[in-house]
Amino acid sequence: MLGLGADLLWADMNRLLAFLFHQGVLDEQFLQLQQLQDETSPNFVSEVVNIYFHESEKLLTNLRALLMEREFSDYKKMGIHLNQFMGSSSSIGAKRVRNVCVAFRAATQQNNRAGCLRALEMLEHEYCYLKNKLHELFQIEQQRALAAGVRYPAQN
Amino acid sequence: MTVDNRMNDSPDDFPVGMRVLAVDDDPTCLLVLETLLRRCQYHVTTTNQAITALALLREHKDKFDLVISDVHMPDMDGFKLLELVGLEMDLPVIMLSANGDTKLVMKGIAHGACDYLLKPVRMEELKNIWQHVIRRKKFDSKEKKKTSNLDKPTSDSGNGLGSSGAGNSEQNEKLTKKRKDQDEDEDEEQENDQDNEDPSTQKKPRVVWSVELHRKFVAAVNQLGIDKAVPKKILDLMNVEKLTRENVASHLQAFFLFSSPLLYLKRISCVANQQANMVAALGGADASYLRMSSVSGVGHLQTLSGSGQLQNNGFRSFPSSGIINRLNTPAGLNVHGFPSGVLQLSQSQNLNHNDHLKFQSAMVPVNQNGIQGMPMSVGLDQLQNNKGVISVHFDAKTFPILNKLSDPRPKVTTSGSHTPDLGISNNALMVEPRLQGTQGSVRYETLSSSPASQNSEFSLSMLDQGRYSDNWSSAVQPSVIQTNSYPPSECFRRTNIRPTDNMASVPLQGGNLSGPSITSLSRQPHDSITDMHSEGVIFTNRPGLLSSNAPFQGWDDHSQDATHHSNIMFGSINSLNPVNGAATDSNLHRNLDFSYCDPLQMKHDGFVELTEETSLKHQGNIMNQQKSQQSGFSNNLGSLEDLVSSMMKQVITFTQYTYILKFFP
Repeated sequence: MLGLGADLLWADMNRLLAFLFHQGVLDEQFLQLQQLQDETSPNFVSEVVNIYFHESEKLLTNLRALLMEREFSDYKKMGIHLNQFMGSSSSIGAKRVRNVCVAFRAATQQNNRAGCLRALEMLEHEYCYLKNKLHELFQIEQQRALAAGVRYPAQN
Repeated sequence: MTVDNRMNDSPDDFPVGMRVLAVDDDPTCLLVLETLLRRCQYHVTTTNQAITALALLREHKDKFDLVISDVHMPDMDGFKLLELVGLEMDLPVIMLSANGDTKLVMKGIAHGACDYLLKPVRMEELKNIWQHVIRRKKFDSKEKKKTSNLDKPTSDSGNGLGSSGAGNSEQNEKLTKKRKDQDEDEDEEQENDQDNEDPSTQKKPRVVWSVELHRKFVAAVNQLGIDKAVPKKILDLMNVEKLTRENVASHLQAFFLFSSPLLYLKRISCVANQQANMVAALGGADASYLRMSSVSGVGHLQTLSGSGQLQNNGFRSFPSSGIINRLNTPAGLNVHGFPSGVLQLSQSQNLNHNDHLKFQSAMVPVNQNGIQGMPMSVGLDQLQNNKGVISVHFDAKTFPILNKLSDPRPKVTTSGSHTPDLGISNNALMVEPRLQGTQGSVRYETLSSSPASQNSEFSLSMLDQGRYSDNWSSAVQPSVIQTNSYPPSECFRRTNIRPTDNMASVPLQGGNLSGPSITSLSRQPHDSITDMHSEGVIFTNRPGLLSSNAPFQGWDDHSQDATHHSNIMFGSINSLNPVNGAATDSNLHRNLDFSYCDPLQMKHDGFVELTEETSLKHQGNIMNQQKSQQSGFSNNLGSLEDLVSSMMKQVITFTQYTYILKFFP
């Protein structure tokens, strides 16, 4: 049976999740990810999210590098990066990030550099926010797992 | 879990254990996709590189049932992979993308995707993907059951599958050229009779191009190289008994047309570029056409390419075997009428044993804009500028056969449905033009999936006798709408209406033409109409062509901007008993009168209008058949219908649809 700490942590986690859903940071795709997590893939969600972070950071770096070029004109390439970013964000349920990507993509299609810059900043902001929140979520999850001790294998 | 071979061994288990290959360069999506697929109880292999995927597929031909691939990948375009897989392995491919742009979706369909999913992929969607496999298999087995099966020894004569996609297109081009050269040779071998087992019983024996046979064929083609892949050599390489050069020739044509419209277009465009202009070609068209017709229509491609416009996006019309219906007219194809790039495909339904299966030449002219129009008539120049695109979809099962103009003998090539996917894709193709407003397209919706039932009834094109020539070009291009303007009687007059035809001639009227151009529909008694429906011919009216029709003027204006007038109208809509022959609901628009046809709609929709005296009788049938049409093509329609209906939603307004329904209960 779960210890009291685990219960509290569970509640914390749910509260955080509810909050994120309410804010639109996450959507039901994230829930689907959680459902995919089971005994056969116990760390599925954190695995996916970590991969996502890793890739997204690369994408963001590329995007910024592209935009910061003096003679920036490769909107198409930005579009490609964005497409991938959009795809991965939507796959994990990062709704707000994805929405910013949509706006960003629109700006690239209009060859609107200023718009792209703004969108990039917003994207970075949203991404950071998401990352922090998800980290928080995972921490709670880990603590809960530890608190539950016997029941759950040590997770990392 | 089923064994590694085809799932149909244990139908009850299916789709459990269906073997899926997932390709996506994005690791996040790939992992999510993989897990989702595993959760659906599929057997999943993943790779993040398209090249690896191709290697895997080639190496283990029978180890996969379905491929899911991302569209945007760094090492290879997803569409290209799609093409290759469709060509070489004949597997259903589902595209995946974060970008749901209509154009992209259409492109996917044009390249042969059997589905296009948007990220994020959801479980519900993945749970249904197995249907694509079943559908394809079903058609395969249906084909096999129906016709004598050409059995081929397993060994491939050559495994020249190493050629990359790029090579294929060049090969295709050369192949086209080569085929043309070979036309004369093949003249004597007109006889189309490849029923190994039962030549006597069938007038047109069908060669069933099973998957293995097709694979051998592809291997042979690859091995030979496009420029050398002549039917004779392919035949030798394939080393299959009872396969005639004729079969190979028609299959070759169909192969390129069918399996990859894009490749086909490329090929045509390449050929076109080399070739003289269509007009010029037309000038010598008779001769060349004749030659071409003797071949399986590859020659036509050349003319088609005259426009040199083949663009990928414009690619749409490929007469597939399904399209060609049996036209009784011996000279279904009107040679003269082919202005730029008319592609005639006469497709003999595999099922048909009719003697008078005629080739239906679906002429798919390729316009300069890359749109295929049907330059049926002499109005080459018109056609050239014509943006009408005729997309002919042919039944996967049958291969298009080029008509020989001079040869009354219908050429029946039954294509084994080795490309059931093609059928699907063709269907999709059909849909595509619709949405694409850029080009008027005449689409054949020949979903004739059901070999038995369909027998490619209508020959949209053309061909039927002569009529074609004069109005074909105009007819085709102008799109059906023009026909609308024509008084029904006119239309009918022009059209070759056969009493027995269900399809009754569908008059295709080109705007330019004074008379309605009528596409004769095959007159399959039993379900010509249905066939019509299934093979809805959709003509998009060329704006320019509309001018001749007063009623269409307005429409013309409307559609001017849109280069496409995809109006498929067969027969005069006005006052004629319009028979709605749309294969799918969405596709069918019956234009009872011109006013009904919303110009915008017309632009977008291709609908087949059949006006036929007999249509009335068949109306009920059509509707019913349409709905209940099961034979083969219903399957095909399944996905197509979905696609079409979803697409069409934008185009067809509900009111219009109900309007139709009102008229045609």
